[in-house]
Amino acid sequence: MKLDNGHYIRPLARYTWWTQQSSYIRYILREVSSLFIGFFSIVLVCGLYRLSQGEAEFNSWREALWSNGFALSIIVLFFAGYHSVSWFSVTPKAMPLTFSGKRVAPEIIIGAHWLLWLLSSAFVWLLFIYGGDL
Amino acid sequence: MKPVDGEAKIANSKKGSYKVSHKPIIWSLFAAGGTLTALLMPVLVVLVALAVPVGYLPAELFSYARIHELLASPIVKLIVFAVVFLSLWHSAHRMRITVHDFGLRADSFAVFVFYGIAAVASIFLVLAII
Repeated sequence: MKLDNGHYIRPLARYTWWTQQSSYIRYILREVSSLFIGFFSIVLVCGLYRLSQGEAEFNSWREALWSNGFALSIIVLFFAGYHSVSWFSVTPKAMPLTFSGKRVAPEIIIGAHWLLWLLSSAFVWLLFIYGGDL
Repeated sequence: MKPVDGEAKIANSKKGSYKVSHKPIIWSLFAAGGTLTALLMPVLVVLVALAVPVGYLPAELFSYARIHELLASPIVKLIVFAVVFLSLWHSAHRMRITVHDFGLRADSFAVFVFYGIAAVASIFLVLAII
């Protein structure tokens, strides 16, 4: 398609462009992950709010999450993981590091994030389970 | 020393006509939210939503008394607040971009809806946690 300024662009379908290439699908999956992460953040806000209301309210939130919310939570976990992996993969591009004048290899930055991911997850898990005794 | 492009622009711009952009602040919050979410959201989903129903952890760990006591700690409060707050706003900002990607050309409406949801949820978060 030729524009008024003489440049050419390839026209894209406004609503379905993201189905045209696998890299577009990966991009849109990354963006859609925010819907599920945002949803789960709201679920957590609800839980904290129900906790502040009292024991019966907290327990009803808990039961709803564990029974009715189970299938959705699996989907949320998939997208949360997808976000983590894709976020770490773009970090070297968003935050290029140099060390004594040389560019740090992207693999090192990505690897460091995976290590940090593992450590912070383990920290949260152990803090929660042994929290009372720490 | 020859000034670089940006400096030359500032030098040439009329006094007072140079606006300070709010983008770095918004962007650093967005990036902090994305990183914190990436690091902690999967473990939170497994811990809070899945570990008990699959039978890996006992439900007693999630008793009202225990969670109440855990959240009484100021450090736990701060961590929970930071993760949930930044995740809310990160997601809201990203959803704004996502609906545009899906062909909805109504940015001010998207801002109203998504930032509105994040703002209301933030108020409830503060009310719940203090």
